Amino acid sequence: MKTQPQAGKGVRILEIPERSVRKRKSVWHNLGKFKVLYLMFLPGVLFLLVNNYMPMFGVLIAFKNVNYADGIWGSPWSGWDNFKYLFSTSDAWEITRNTLAYNTVFIALNLFVGVGLAILLNEVKNKAMSKLYQSLMLLPYFLSMIVVSYLVLAFLGKDSGFMNSTILQMFGGQPIDWYSEPKYWPYILPLVNTWKNIGYYAVIYLAAVVGIDEEYYEAAVLDGATKWHQIRFITIPFLVPLIVIMTLLQIGRIFYADFSLFYQVPLESGALFPVTNVLDTYVYRTFLIGGDIGMSSAAGLYQAIVGFVLVLVSNTIVRRIDKDNALF
Amino acid sequence: MKSHDPLAVSKRSASVIHAMFLFYAIACIVPILLVFAISFSDETTVVANGYKLIPEKFSLTAYEFLFRDMDQILHSYGISFIVTVVGTITSVALTALYAYPLSRRDLPYRGWFAFFIFFTMLFNGGLVPWYLVYVNVLDLKNSILALILPLLLSPFFVLVMRTFFANSIPVSILESARIDGAGELRTFARIVLPLSLPVMATVALFSTLNYWNDWYLSMIFISDNRTISLQYLMYRTLLDIQYLTTNSNVSSQISSQGGLLNLPNKTLQMAMAVVGIGPIVLAYPFFQRYFIKGLTVGAVKG
Repeated sequence: MKTQPQAGKGVRILEIPERSVRKRKSVWHNLGKFKVLYLMFLPGVLFLLVNNYMPMFGVLIAFKNVNYADGIWGSPWSGWDNFKYLFSTSDAWEITRNTLAYNTVFIALNLFVGVGLAILLNEVKNKAMSKLYQSLMLLPYFLSMIVVSYLVLAFLGKDSGFMNSTILQMFGGQPIDWYSEPKYWPYILPLVNTWKNIGYYAVIYLAAVVGIDEEYYEAAVLDGATKWHQIRFITIPFLVPLIVIMTLLQIGRIFYADFSLFYQVPLESGALFPVTNVLDTYVYRTFLIGGDIGMSSAAGLYQAIVGFVLVLVSNTIVRRIDKDNALF
Repeated sequence: MKSHDPLAVSKRSASVIHAMFLFYAIACIVPILLVFAISFSDETTVVANGYKLIPEKFSLTAYEFLFRDMDQILHSYGISFIVTVVGTITSVALTALYAYPLSRRDLPYRGWFAFFIFFTMLFNGGLVPWYLVYVNVLDLKNSILALILPLLLSPFFVLVMRTFFANSIPVSILESARIDGAGELRTFARIVLPLSLPVMATVALFSTLNYWNDWYLSMIFISDNRTISLQYLMYRTLLDIQYLTTNSNVSSQISSQGGLLNLPNKTLQMAMAVVGIGPIVLAYPFFQRYFIKGLTVGAVKG
């Protein structure tokens, strides 16, 4: 430090950013120079410490045999017992299967229906109609899941629901007790999810489709490309980076479920649990309704770790294929 | 008349596309219309003939019943409103404060701060420890803060804002401000923020939607009627009435104790839904234009 020429106040112009000079600049120098910018981080850092990092230490609860006499931290360690219990029940398989299967279907629908709608919407050349369709498609995205559960009930209610009282009657079908028939829900839930969220995906993809330069299409038409060719060889390739990002974000969350959808829309009907119970609803029920801290922490940690691994794996795969498309 | 645009689809395909979107647009709006129609229907005709898109017999009874519970409804509206306004403003401020330094390429160690927030997208402690922090450490059970804090800072919004700052604010503007003698805070408040209104509005809209539509936080943190939000009130109405109508022994018990059974259950339920949907549907036309623009801002990945 001492051997370095000190850049005094008057000779700032001599401060050449040479590697050797920069390296010697101390941490304190940087902190001082940018202290306002670092202070801007402060509220966020404090929030993250409390809301996100403090609970991370709490994963240790999964290895404890919690009893109320000793308190949470005073309770004895139990090793892997909580996990052994969890995986010895049939619940573990059921919730894992449901979470993964539903999310896979959701991701596929969001991708295909979203991109499909965006491409078709781009062909609607009437500006006013296009805006109208976009507005109406996006409307369900604004509704809360509580409202959606009311809407679903209005359709599927047993005695008066629109399906039973009007639609099935029209086709001469027998009324169905929707809320106690598990076999229909693997179709109802994806339908509800897509109905609610697809406007969002369609508009995002549409923004990218609109951004593609018209000249590519004009050149393609001169070469005799049909509409189908244009979509396949121009539109889709241009959309790939966005598709990858959107899908990657969803794959990263594949071990998490939309709690509201699975908890609220089936109205907690016990008869439907085999097809509606997912990791998030399971953790919630065992913890806040069942009061079993150990088992629900174990399920939560299982969820967090598998989720973590899945994000890393999917990101690595994308990075192998195309570095620019990876999230990190 | 202009000659046929070579890039447009044929007239016939165009009408097929229009028909499809019309059908889809109707599918998006019919469920909402159905709920409105039921809420204005007469309970006895609904029980006899089921829900219809056009009320067979118009009635305001359901709303009269709701009016008796006006106190709770207004209170919950108030809670939802306060939570949404305070939450959105704080959330946008916090997000901007974190995203701006991250966007500054000349800031040493910014990688550490980026990692600090993006790591929370990858790993979390799960519901149990998180809940215990809020209830046992922060002691926020039944507090309105428990409805605001959890949704304050989303890494995804920080990512969107950082990208906007980095791509849309020219470095030369920041430099000229510095030469003119503006400090960092002044540069941020007077130059960066006014230039970033589109992304601020986007994050604010998403945040408003998150806060207004949240019911989960009320469910896990609030047991006191005075602090429940509108969505949670709707949730409880739905389940309570559902419980009464599906458990015949409960309802017979109630009727034997003095009878509540002339309650217009089904229409009352849907009237509650209308009370809850109301603000969204009314604000929607003003909202959605900006929202579509905002989505477009968010979609441009950096």
